[in-house]
Amino acid sequence: MCEMSEEYRESAPKGSPPPRLGTRDQKCVKCKEGLPVVVIRAGDAFCRDCFKALYVHKFRAMLGKNRLIFPGEKVLLAWSGGPSSSSMVWQVLEGLSRDSAKRLRFVPGVIYVDEGATCGQSSEDRAKTLAEVKLVLQTTGFPWHIVALEEVGRPSLFEGLGVFSLPPSVLRCFAQEPVGTESAYKAAVDSFLQQQHALGADGVERQSQHCAQDPHSPAGPPTTAQTQALSRLFDSVKTLTAKEELLQTLRTHLILHVARNHGYSKVMTGDSCTRLAIKLMTSLALGRGAFLAWDTGFSDERHGDVVVVRPMREHTLKEVAFYNRLFAVPSVCTPALDTKAPEKASIHRLMEAFILRLQAQFPSTVSTVYRTSEKLVKAPRDGCVAGPRCLLCMCTLDVDTADSATAFGAQTSHLPQMQPPVTQAGVAAGPCCCAGMGGGPSCYRGEDPRAQVMEQLCYGCRVNMKDLPSLELLPPYILSEAQIRSQRATAEQEVQEYLLGDSEDEARTGES
Amino acid sequence: MAAPLSVEVEFGGGAELLFDGVKKHQVTLPGQEEPWDIRSLLVWIKKNLLKERPELFIQGDSVRPGILVLVNDADWELLGELDYQLQDQDSVLFISTLHGG
Repeated sequence: MCEMSEEYRESAPKGSPPPRLGTRDQKCVKCKEGLPVVVIRAGDAFCRDCFKALYVHKFRAMLGKNRLIFPGEKVLLAWSGGPSSSSMVWQVLEGLSRDSAKRLRFVPGVIYVDEGATCGQSSEDRAKTLAEVKLVLQTTGFPWHIVALEEVGRPSLFEGLGVFSLPPSVLRCFAQEPVGTESAYKAAVDSFLQQQHALGADGVERQSQHCAQDPHSPAGPPTTAQTQALSRLFDSVKTLTAKEELLQTLRTHLILHVARNHGYSKVMTGDSCTRLAIKLMTSLALGRGAFLAWDTGFSDERHGDVVVVRPMREHTLKEVAFYNRLFAVPSVCTPALDTKAPEKASIHRLMEAFILRLQAQFPSTVSTVYRTSEKLVKAPRDGCVAGPRCLLCMCTLDVDTADSATAFGAQTSHLPQMQPPVTQAGVAAGPCCCAGMGGGPSCYRGEDPRAQVMEQLCYGCRVNMKDLPSLELLPPYILSEAQIRSQRATAEQEVQEYLLGDSEDEARTGES
Repeated sequence: MAAPLSVEVEFGGGAELLFDGVKKHQVTLPGQEEPWDIRSLLVWIKKNLLKERPELFIQGDSVRPGILVLVNDADWELLGELDYQLQDQDSVLFISTLHGG
C-alpha cells in the first residue's frame, strides 16, 4: 500500500492537471505507436487507424453476433440525414464492397422520410434539402425511396405513400416467421456462398445496380392540402413531448408500409448508444416501461413480418461524430421539431440534458444505462396469451382492465355502474369515464369515438393522446382501424354473451 | 503580450444554426496580455459570433455537454480541454452531437 502511494506521488508532478487530461505525448492505447486523435470511453486514446478499426469492428460484431440478418435478405436502411444513420449507411456501403470472405451479405435499400411539414418548413427549403438528399442517395448506389410524411395517394399508377393514404392494415401484426436457429443460419450462409460461386463474384452488385433509381418515387411534391392537414394535426398537439411521440409513431408506420410493399423483411435504424440510453429513460418517464426491451433492444419484432434492427447501438454519439468527421461521411442537416427548443420544452429534451450533463462528470453513465438495457428480457406477462395490441405503437397492451384496485384500473374499468370502483385519493372513476378521456365503458363506445380509440391504446400512448384534443385530425387509417377493431370486439363480446348465457342456465339448473 | 492570432473556427452537426448557418469563420483574435486559450476563445465567440440562444452552445465557462471540440482534427481532451493554448493558424471545430439522429 505504501509503495503504491509513493509511485503515485512520483508520477504526478506538482500543479499539473489530473491524469484524465493527458498531453499529446500519449500514445494510442492499442497500437502503442500512433499519435492519438480521439479519446473514447474514460481515457482511452486511439490513433486514427485503430479508431477506424474499432468502429468498423463494433458494427460488424453487432450484426454478426446477433445473426438475425440472413444472406440475401432485403434490408431497408432508415436514413434521417443525421450523423448516426449516415454513419450506418456508410458502414453498410463499405461492408458490402469488401473482399468476398468478410463481405456483408444482405441486399440494402434506403428510405428517407421528409418531415418538413411538421416543423413548418417552407416548400423551397424542403426542395433544397431534398436535392441534397438525392445527391447523397445517388452516391450510395442503393435503391432509394424518398417519401414525404404527408403525401397523398397517386391514382392507379403508383401506390399512394404518406400517412394520409396508408391502409389500416399497416397497424396489424402479421404472422411471424420463426426466428432461424444457429444451424439454420449457418446453412443459409453456406448455400448463399455456393450460389455466389456459381453466379460469379459480382452477382450481387449487378442486381442492386439495376434498381439504383427509385421505381416508385412519385411524380411531384405533396399537395398543399395534405401538407396543411399534417400541419393542422401537429399544431393541435399541446405539448412538444406528445408531438415528438406522434411524429415517431407516424414515421414508423410509414417506413413499415414501404418496407412491406417492397419486400423488405428488416429495417435498420441508426439509434446510437447515447440516444438509446436517453430513450430508455424517456420511455420510463412516458409510461412505456413495459416495452423497454422492444424500444431499446437490438431487434424489435412487434410488427411480425418486419423486424427493426439497431446495429449502431454500441456506438456513442462522440464516436459517430468523430468517425464522420475523420472519414468524410456525408450527412444532411435538417431542422427538426426540437431544434433550438429550450431545455425544459419536452421530456425528451430534459432527459437528454440530464444524461449528458451526468455523462460529463461520470463518463460511465451512458454505458451503464446501455448495459442495463441489454439485460431486459422480452417475456410475456404471466397467464397472458398474445393479447390485443396497442393501436399506435403495436406493443401488446399493458392495460389490465380487470385490475380495479389501482387508480388506472378504475379509470379504465368497463362497468362503472355495476361495480363500485375502488377510488384512490383524488381520483373518482365516475367523472373520469363520463369525460370520455380514459378508457370508455362499453355503453359509451358507439357514441364516443374518442373513447373508442383510447381504449385500444397502451398506457403510454393514452397519456400522449391526452395532449391531442381532437382525434379527428389523425390520419384516416388510424381512425378506421380503431373502428374495425372496436366493431370486432363488440361482435366478439355479443357472441361470448350468448355462449355464457347457455352455460349459466345449465349451472343454475344443475344447482337447483 | 500575445500577438494577434489568426484562427479558423468551424461549426458542424447543427451547431451552425446558431451562427446564421455559416459553418466556417476565419477569425483574427486581437493581441492581449494573456495568451489565448479555448476558455477565452469561447468568451470571444459568445460576444462576437453567437447570434442567438447562447445557452444552447455555452454552459458556464465551457461548452454545453454534447458539443465536441476538435483542435486540428484532434480531440480536445488530449490537449488539455479549456486550457489548451491556441497557436496561429489553428483550426477549432465545434460539432454538436445533439441534433438529428
